[in-house]
Amino acid sequence: MDDPLVIAGEAFSSRLIMGTGGAPSLDVLGRALAASGTELTTVAMRRVDPAATGSVLDLLKDHGIRVLPNTAGCFTAVEAVRVAKLAREALGTAWVKLEVIADERTLLPDPLELLTAAEQLVADGFTVLPYTNDDPVLARHLEQAGCAAVMPLGSPIGSGLGIRNQHNIELIVESAGVPVILDAGIGTASDAAIAMELGCAGVLLATSVTRARSPELMAEAMRLAVSAGRLACLAGRVPRRKLALASSPPVE
Amino acid sequence: MEITVNGEPRAATAGLSLAQAVALVTNAETGVAAAVNGDVIRRAAWEATQLSDGDQVEVLTAVQGG
Repeated sequence: MDDPLVIAGEAFSSRLIMGTGGAPSLDVLGRALAASGTELTTVAMRRVDPAATGSVLDLLKDHGIRVLPNTAGCFTAVEAVRVAKLAREALGTAWVKLEVIADERTLLPDPLELLTAAEQLVADGFTVLPYTNDDPVLARHLEQAGCAAVMPLGSPIGSGLGIRNQHNIELIVESAGVPVILDAGIGTASDAAIAMELGCAGVLLATSVTRARSPELMAEAMRLAVSAGRLACLAGRVPRRKLALASSPPVE
Repeated sequence: MEITVNGEPRAATAGLSLAQAVALVTNAETGVAAAVNGDVIRRAAWEATQLSDGDQVEVLTAVQGG
């Protein structure tokens, strides 16, 4: 079925966006990315390490995967805007996963700094994909600021706690005019399927794959879960009922 | 004069260009960006950008993350 994820006019046949953090090696990461079927994958920007061997950029290039730089580690709008501009220079893309976190303990987004950074980056011509709280009002503000998608968390980054407030994710999906991508908190395949069943346009995950016992197997599980959840969403689930509804005809 | 490259102080001759400062930490042709005192400098301007005493140079690249 031809059902692409379209962000800012660009179509992706996979609805699974991967992160690259946490993988034990580039080799393991490469096999996981291939198994996931992803076409868009995040990287972080850091000071060059003269001793580093191998490059995540080369790996993505070899796999034909588009790179999505993030602003991970930024606590203020000023820092995030600077990192986004550095990423645009280094990688030749104006797409950015905007992350502005409030503190190291929760890694929750700082809503005020996030919105400020989003406004500045949109004005500078960036395609902004903000990692945001599961707050329908903030999601609306980000969309109105010109973001190309909104990416609410299911639960804190790396926690694997799944989607703690499904109702809020549904509310965000219902009113959003841009793709909603569930970002952060996915623990296992069923969480990804639920995100898609709730109507999300895609899922972004890293830890649940890269730190799984078998990243390659989990990546395949995520690929299937995202597809299954998407199909279920399009198909429309049956209503929940209080009492039974016989599925066989009554006895004559 | 003395400049800082990625947090490390380095002795430098007057008139050192940003391109030369970047070359102290990497010889990558692509995938690298630089900022001087927080201002991002386009690669095309690295040769012509002369550093001054006390300048803070940041040289970044993509790593696994997110």
